[in-house]
Amino acid sequence: MNFFTRKKSAASAKERLQLVLVHDRTDLTPAQLEALKDDLLKAISKYIEIDPDAVQIGLERDGREQRLVADIPLRSVTRNRAG
Amino acid sequence: MTAQVITVTSGKGGVGKTTAVANLATALAMDGKRVVCIDGDIGLRNLDVVMGLENRIVYDIVDVIEGRCKLKQAMIRDKKYPEMYLIPAAQTRDKNAVSPSDMVRICNDLKSDSDFVIIDSPAGIERGFRNAIAAADRVLVVTNPEVSAVRDADRVVGILEAEEKGNPSLILNRLNPTLVKNNDMLSAEDVLDLLGIQLIGIVPEDENVIIGSNKGAPVVTDAKSRAGQAFRNIAKRLQGQDVPFMDLDSQSGLWSAIQKLTGRK
Repeated sequence: MNFFTRKKSAASAKERLQLVLVHDRTDLTPAQLEALKDDLLKAISKYIEIDPDAVQIGLERDGREQRLVADIPLRSVTRNRAG
Repeated sequence: MTAQVITVTSGKGGVGKTTAVANLATALAMDGKRVVCIDGDIGLRNLDVVMGLENRIVYDIVDVIEGRCKLKQAMIRDKKYPEMYLIPAAQTRDKNAVSPSDMVRICNDLKSDSDFVIIDSPAGIERGFRNAIAAADRVLVVTNPEVSAVRDADRVVGILEAEEKGNPSLILNRLNPTLVKNNDMLSAEDVLDLLGIQLIGIVPEDENVIIGSNKGAPVVTDAKSRAGQAFRNIAKRLQGQDVPFMDLDSQSGLWSAIQKLTGRK
Protein backbone atom coordinates (compact mmCIF):
# COMPACT_ATOMS: atom_id res chain seq x y z
CA MET A 1 0.00 0.00 0.00
CA ASN A 2 1.28 3.44 -0.84
CA PHE A 3 2.23 5.28 2.31
CA PHE A 4 1.28 8.67 0.93
CA THR A 5 -2.12 7.89 -0.49
CA ARG A 6 -3.60 5.43 1.98
CA LYS A 7 -6.54 6.63 4.02
CA LYS A 8 -5.55 7.12 7.62
CA SER A 9 -7.16 4.54 9.85
CA ALA A 10 -8.07 6.85 12.76
CA ALA A 11 -10.68 8.61 10.61
CA SER A 12 -12.38 5.37 9.62
CA ALA A 13 -12.28 4.17 13.25
CA LYS A 14 -14.10 7.31 14.32
CA GLU A 15 -16.66 7.18 11.51
CA ARG A 16 -17.45 3.54 12.19
CA LEU A 17 -17.71 4.10 15.93
CA GLN A 18 -20.05 7.06 15.46
CA LEU A 19 -22.50 4.84 13.61
CA VAL A 20 -22.16 1.86 15.93
CA LEU A 21 -22.63 3.95 19.07
CA VAL A 22 -25.79 5.59 17.75
CA HIS A 23 -27.36 2.18 17.21
CA ASP A 24 -26.00 0.75 20.48
CA ARG A 25 -27.40 3.64 22.48
CA THR A 26 -30.86 3.51 20.94
CA ASP A 27 -30.98 -0.27 20.77
CA LEU A 28 -32.25 0.17 17.21
CA THR A 29 -30.79 -1.84 14.34
CA PRO A 30 -30.30 -0.18 10.95
CA ALA A 31 -33.19 -2.36 9.63
CA GLN A 32 -35.50 -1.20 12.40
CA LEU A 33 -34.58 2.40 11.67
CA GLU A 34 -35.54 1.85 8.02
CA ALA A 35 -38.90 0.38 9.09
CA LEU A 36 -39.45 3.37 11.38
CA LYS A 37 -38.75 5.74 8.48
CA ASP A 38 -41.27 3.93 6.26
CA ASP A 39 -43.98 4.03 8.93
CA LEU A 40 -43.28 7.68 9.63
CA LEU A 41 -43.54 8.61 5.95
CA LYS A 42 -46.76 6.62 5.52
CA ALA A 43 -48.33 8.39 8.51
CA ILE A 44 -47.32 11.83 7.28
CA SER A 45 -48.44 11.11 3.72
CA LYS A 46 -51.98 10.54 4.94
CA TYR A 47 -52.20 14.25 5.73
CA ILE A 48 -49.73 16.09 3.53
CA GLU A 49 -48.07 15.37 0.26
CA ILE A 50 -44.34 14.90 0.68
CA ASP A 51 -41.43 14.27 -1.61
CA PRO A 52 -40.28 10.78 -0.53
CA ASP A 53 -36.98 10.97 -2.41
CA ALA A 54 -35.89 14.11 -0.62
CA VAL A 55 -36.70 12.86 2.87
CA GLN A 56 -33.80 12.54 5.30
CA ILE A 57 -34.33 10.81 8.63
CA GLY A 58 -31.50 9.79 10.91
CA LEU A 59 -30.17 9.59 14.42
CA GLU A 60 -27.80 12.29 15.55
CA ARG A 61 -25.72 12.65 18.69
CA ASP A 62 -25.00 15.68 20.75
CA GLY A 63 -22.72 14.76 23.62
CA ARG A 64 -24.52 11.86 25.25
CA GLU A 65 -27.92 12.91 23.87
CA GLN A 66 -29.51 11.12 20.96
CA ARG A 67 -31.92 12.77 18.62
CA LEU A 68 -34.12 11.49 15.80
CA VAL A 69 -33.81 14.20 13.17
CA ALA A 70 -36.14 14.31 10.18
CA ASP A 71 -36.00 16.67 7.25
CA ILE A 72 -39.20 16.17 5.25
CA PRO A 73 -39.75 18.58 2.35
CA LEU A 74 -43.43 19.11 1.47
CA ARG A 75 -44.79 19.24 -2.06
CA SER A 76 -46.30 22.62 -2.77
CA VAL A 77 -50.07 22.46 -2.20
CA THR A 78 -50.99 25.79 -3.82
CA ARG A 79 -49.41 24.78 -7.12
CA ASN A 80 -51.56 21.64 -7.25
CA ARG A 81 -54.72 23.65 -6.53
CA ALA A 82 -53.96 26.16 -9.26
CA GLY A 83 -53.69 23.33 -11.76
CA MET B 1 -13.19 11.89 57.90
CA THR B 2 -15.12 9.81 55.43
CA ALA B 3 -13.58 8.12 52.44
CA GLN B 4 -14.49 8.63 48.83
CA VAL B 5 -15.37 5.33 47.14
CA ILE B 6 -14.04 5.18 43.58
CA THR B 7 -14.83 2.33 41.21
CA VAL B 8 -12.63 1.68 38.19
CA THR B 9 -14.43 -0.11 35.37
CA SER B 10 -14.26 -0.49 31.57
CA GLY B 11 -16.64 -2.96 29.99
CA LYS B 12 -13.91 -4.58 27.91
CA GLY B 13 -11.21 -6.65 29.59
CA GLY B 14 -7.50 -6.03 29.26
CA VAL B 15 -7.61 -2.25 28.90
CA GLY B 16 -5.73 -1.62 32.14
CA LYS B 17 -8.28 -1.44 34.97
CA THR B 18 -6.19 -3.37 37.47
CA THR B 19 -3.06 -1.44 36.51
CA ALA B 20 -4.96 1.81 36.96
CA VAL B 21 -6.23 0.78 40.41
CA ALA B 22 -2.78 -0.31 41.62
CA ASN B 23 -1.18 2.87 40.33
CA LEU B 24 -3.80 5.32 41.54
CA ALA B 25 -3.87 3.70 44.99
CA THR B 26 -0.08 3.79 45.23
CA ALA B 27 0.07 7.40 44.03
CA LEU B 28 -2.53 8.40 46.62
CA ALA B 29 -0.56 6.55 49.32
CA MET B 30 2.60 8.38 48.16
CA ASP B 31 0.66 11.60 48.79
CA GLY B 32 0.05 10.44 52.36
CA LYS B 33 -3.55 9.29 51.87
CA ARG B 34 -5.03 6.26 53.59
CA VAL B 35 -6.19 3.96 50.81
CA VAL B 36 -8.00 0.62 50.70
CA CYS B 37 -8.17 -1.27 47.39
CA ILE B 38 -10.80 -3.92 46.82
CA ASP B 39 -10.37 -6.53 44.10
CA GLY B 40 -13.90 -7.00 42.75
CA ASP B 41 -12.99 -9.70 40.26
CA ILE B 42 -14.11 -12.79 42.17
CA GLY B 43 -12.62 -15.94 40.66
CA LEU B 44 -10.04 -14.06 38.57
CA ARG B 45 -8.10 -12.10 41.15
CA ASN B 46 -5.13 -10.12 39.91
CA LEU B 47 -4.78 -6.93 41.90
CA ASP B 48 -2.70 -8.85 44.47
CA VAL B 49 0.02 -9.82 41.95
CA VAL B 50 0.07 -6.41 40.28
CA MET B 51 0.61 -4.84 43.72
CA GLY B 52 3.13 -7.51 44.74
CA LEU B 53 1.07 -8.74 47.70
CA GLU B 54 0.14 -12.24 46.51
CA ASN B 55 2.17 -14.02 49.19
CA ARG B 56 0.46 -12.29 52.06
CA ILE B 57 -3.13 -13.37 51.45
CA VAL B 58 -4.81 -15.28 54.26
CA TYR B 59 -8.42 -14.19 54.03
CA ASP B 60 -10.40 -12.66 51.16
CA ILE B 61 -13.55 -10.61 50.65
CA VAL B 62 -15.84 -13.65 50.55
CA ASP B 63 -14.44 -14.77 53.93
CA VAL B 64 -15.50 -11.37 55.28
CA ILE B 65 -18.98 -11.60 53.75
CA GLU B 66 -19.54 -15.15 54.99
CA GLY B 67 -18.30 -14.32 58.48
CA ARG B 68 -15.13 -16.42 58.55
CA CYS B 69 -12.99 -13.43 59.47
CA LYS B 70 -13.22 -9.80 60.52
CA LEU B 71 -12.87 -7.09 57.88
CA LYS B 72 -9.50 -6.03 59.35
CA GLN B 73 -8.14 -9.57 58.99
CA ALA B 74 -8.75 -9.53 55.23
CA MET B 75 -6.98 -6.18 54.80
CA ILE B 76 -3.42 -6.78 53.60
CA ARG B 77 -1.04 -4.00 54.46
CA ASP B 78 1.25 -2.88 51.62
CA LYS B 79 4.97 -3.61 51.90
CA LYS B 80 6.08 -0.08 51.20
CA TYR B 81 3.17 2.15 52.16
CA PRO B 82 1.73 1.22 55.58
CA GLU B 83 -1.37 3.35 54.99
CA MET B 84 -2.37 1.32 51.92
CA TYR B 85 -4.33 -1.93 52.12
CA LEU B 86 -5.69 -4.54 49.73
CA ILE B 87 -8.80 -6.64 50.23
CA PRO B 88 -8.28 -9.51 47.80
CA ALA B 89 -10.94 -11.28 45.75
CA ALA B 90 -11.72 -14.93 46.41
CA GLN B 91 -10.09 -17.11 43.78
CA THR B 92 -12.15 -20.28 44.08
CA ARG B 93 -15.61 -18.71 44.16
CA ASP B 94 -17.74 -16.89 41.62
CA LYS B 95 -19.41 -13.48 41.41
CA ASN B 96 -22.59 -14.69 43.07
CA ALA B 97 -20.77 -15.02 46.40
CA VAL B 98 -20.97 -11.21 46.65
CA SER B 99 -24.04 -8.98 46.40
CA PRO B 100 -24.28 -5.24 45.80
CA SER B 101 -25.46 -4.74 49.40
CA ASP B 102 -22.39 -6.67 50.69
CA MET B 103 -20.19 -4.19 48.84
CA VAL B 104 -22.08 -1.22 50.24
CA ARG B 105 -21.76 -2.60 53.78
CA ILE B 106 -18.02 -3.27 53.46
CA CYS B 107 -17.36 0.17 51.97
CA ASN B 108 -19.36 1.84 54.74
CA ASP B 109 -17.27 0.00 57.33
CA LEU B 110 -14.07 1.20 55.62
CA LYS B 111 -15.12 4.81 55.19
CA SER B 112 -14.38 6.13 58.67
CA ASP B 113 -10.73 5.00 58.72
CA SER B 114 -9.60 5.85 55.19
CA ASP B 115 -9.46 8.64 52.63
CA PHE B 116 -10.05 6.57 49.51
CA VAL B 117 -11.58 3.17 48.81
CA ILE B 118 -10.77 2.05 45.27
CA ILE B 119 -12.68 -0.84 43.74
CA ASP B 120 -11.29 -2.81 40.81
CA SER B 121 -14.29 -3.91 38.75
CA PRO B 122 -14.26 -7.09 36.68
CA ALA B 123 -14.72 -6.79 32.92
CA GLY B 124 -18.25 -7.11 31.60
CA ILE B 125 -21.57 -5.56 32.60
CA GLU B 126 -22.96 -8.32 34.75
CA ARG B 127 -23.11 -9.21 38.45
CA GLY B 128 -19.47 -8.45 39.27
CA PHE B 129 -19.71 -5.04 37.60
CA ARG B 130 -23.00 -4.32 39.41
CA ASN B 131 -21.33 -5.25 42.71
CA ALA B 132 -18.38 -3.00 41.93
CA ILE B 133 -20.46 0.10 41.18
CA ALA B 134 -22.99 -0.38 44.00
CA ALA B 135 -21.02 1.58 46.59
CA ALA B 136 -19.29 4.03 44.24
CA ASP B 137 -19.30 7.76 44.94
CA ARG B 138 -17.41 8.23 41.72
CA VAL B 139 -16.74 6.00 38.71
CA LEU B 140 -13.67 6.05 36.49
CA VAL B 141 -14.05 4.41 33.09
CA VAL B 142 -10.82 3.11 31.57
CA THR B 143 -10.56 2.68 27.82
CA ASN B 144 -7.95 2.41 25.07
CA PRO B 145 -8.02 4.41 21.82
CA GLU B 146 -9.29 1.39 19.93
CA VAL B 147 -12.72 0.60 18.46
CA SER B 148 -13.77 -2.34 20.65
CA ALA B 149 -12.63 -0.70 23.91
CA VAL B 150 -14.41 2.58 23.09
CA ARG B 151 -17.61 0.79 22.12
CA ASP B 152 -17.67 -1.19 25.38
CA ALA B 153 -16.84 1.93 27.40
CA ASP B 154 -19.87 3.61 25.83
CA ARG B 155 -22.11 0.73 26.94
CA VAL B 156 -20.79 1.06 30.49
CA VAL B 157 -21.32 4.83 30.48
CA GLY B 158 -24.90 4.23 29.29
CA ILE B 159 -25.57 1.82 32.16
CA LEU B 160 -24.02 4.21 34.70
CA GLU B 161 -26.32 6.92 33.36
CA ALA B 162 -29.36 4.66 33.66
CA GLU B 163 -28.33 3.72 37.22
CA GLU B 164 -27.89 7.43 38.05
CA LYS B 165 -24.34 6.89 39.25
CA GLY B 166 -23.30 10.47 38.51
CA ASN B 167 -20.99 11.55 35.73
CA PRO B 168 -18.15 9.10 35.19
CA SER B 169 -14.66 10.32 34.30
CA LEU B 170 -12.53 8.86 31.56
CA ILE B 171 -9.00 7.46 31.79
CA LEU B 172 -7.68 7.05 28.27
CA ASN B 173 -5.00 4.41 28.68
CA ARG B 174 -2.19 3.27 26.35
CA LEU B 175 -2.31 6.19 23.98
CA ASN B 176 0.53 6.08 21.48
CA PRO B 177 1.36 9.71 20.55
CA THR B 178 3.31 8.69 17.44
CA LEU B 179 0.38 6.73 16.04
CA VAL B 180 -1.99 9.59 16.87
CA LYS B 181 0.31 12.03 15.10
CA ASN B 182 0.27 9.79 12.04
CA ASN B 183 -3.55 9.67 12.18
CA ASP B 184 -3.46 5.95 12.78
CA MET B 185 -4.90 6.04 16.28
CA LEU B 186 -8.00 7.72 17.71
CA SER B 187 -6.90 10.89 19.50
CA ALA B 188 -8.03 11.91 22.98
CA GLU B 189 -10.32 14.48 21.32
CA ASP B 190 -11.87 11.76 19.14
CA VAL B 191 -12.57 9.49 22.11
CA LEU B 192 -13.99 12.31 24.23
CA ASP B 193 -16.22 13.41 21.36
CA LEU B 194 -17.49 9.85 20.88
CA LEU B 195 -18.11 9.09 24.55
CA GLY B 196 -19.29 12.53 25.67
CA ILE B 197 -17.87 12.29 29.21
CA GLN B 198 -15.26 14.27 31.12
CA LEU B 199 -11.57 13.39 30.98
CA ILE B 200 -9.51 12.77 34.10
CA GLY B 201 -6.30 11.58 32.47
CA ILE B 202 -4.45 10.30 29.41
CA VAL B 203 -1.87 7.61 30.05
CA PRO B 204 0.70 7.13 27.27
CA GLU B 205 1.76 3.66 26.24
CA ASP B 206 4.85 2.87 28.28
CA GLU B 207 6.81 -0.37 28.57
CA ASN B 208 7.62 0.52 32.18
CA VAL B 209 4.03 -0.44 33.06
CA ILE B 210 4.79 -4.09 32.23
CA ILE B 211 8.13 -3.91 34.00
CA GLY B 212 6.33 -2.57 37.07
CA SER B 213 3.74 -5.37 36.97
CA ASN B 214 6.52 -7.94 36.59
CA LYS B 215 8.11 -6.67 39.78
CA GLY B 216 4.87 -6.10 41.67
CA ALA B 217 5.81 -2.44 41.98
CA PRO B 218 3.34 -0.10 40.23
CA VAL B 219 4.90 2.27 37.71
CA VAL B 220 4.00 5.40 39.72
CA THR B 221 6.97 4.57 41.94
CA ASP B 222 9.23 5.07 38.89
CA ALA B 223 9.87 8.83 38.84
CA LYS B 224 11.01 8.79 35.20
CA SER B 225 8.12 6.87 33.68
CA ARG B 226 5.66 8.93 31.67
CA ALA B 227 2.80 6.56 32.44
CA GLY B 228 3.77 6.88 36.09
CA GLN B 229 3.61 10.66 35.79
CA ALA B 230 0.18 10.43 34.15
CA PHE B 231 -1.16 8.26 36.99
CA ARG B 232 0.37 10.57 39.62
CA ASN B 233 -1.44 13.47 37.94
CA ILE B 234 -4.75 11.59 37.97
CA ALA B 235 -4.27 10.88 41.69
CA LYS B 236 -3.82 14.62 42.28
CA ARG B 237 -7.00 15.34 40.32
CA LEU B 238 -8.87 12.80 42.47
CA GLN B 239 -7.77 14.87 45.44
CA GLY B 240 -9.36 17.92 43.85
CA GLN B 241 -6.17 19.53 42.56
CA ASP B 242 -6.10 21.25 39.21
CA VAL B 243 -3.20 19.63 37.35
CA PRO B 244 -2.60 20.50 33.67
CA PHE B 245 -2.61 17.62 31.20
CA MET B 246 0.80 16.35 30.12
CA ASP B 247 2.26 17.31 26.77
CA LEU B 248 2.46 13.90 25.14
CA ASP B 249 4.21 15.21 22.04
CA SER B 250 7.45 16.15 23.74
CA GLN B 251 8.72 12.61 23.79
CA SER B 252 12.31 11.89 24.45
CA GLY B 253 13.99 8.65 23.53
CA LEU B 254 15.64 6.96 20.63
CA TRP B 255 12.61 6.62 18.38
CA SER B 256 11.67 10.29 18.46
CA ALA B 257 15.33 11.21 18.03
CA ILE B 258 15.40 9.12 14.86
CA GLN B 259 12.17 10.75 13.71
CA LYS B 260 13.65 14.19 14.24
CA LEU B 261 16.79 13.27 12.32
CA THR B 262 14.85 11.93 9.37
CA GLY B 263 12.38 14.79 9.49
CA ARG B 264 9.45 12.41 9.83
CA LYS B 265 7.20 13.81 12.51
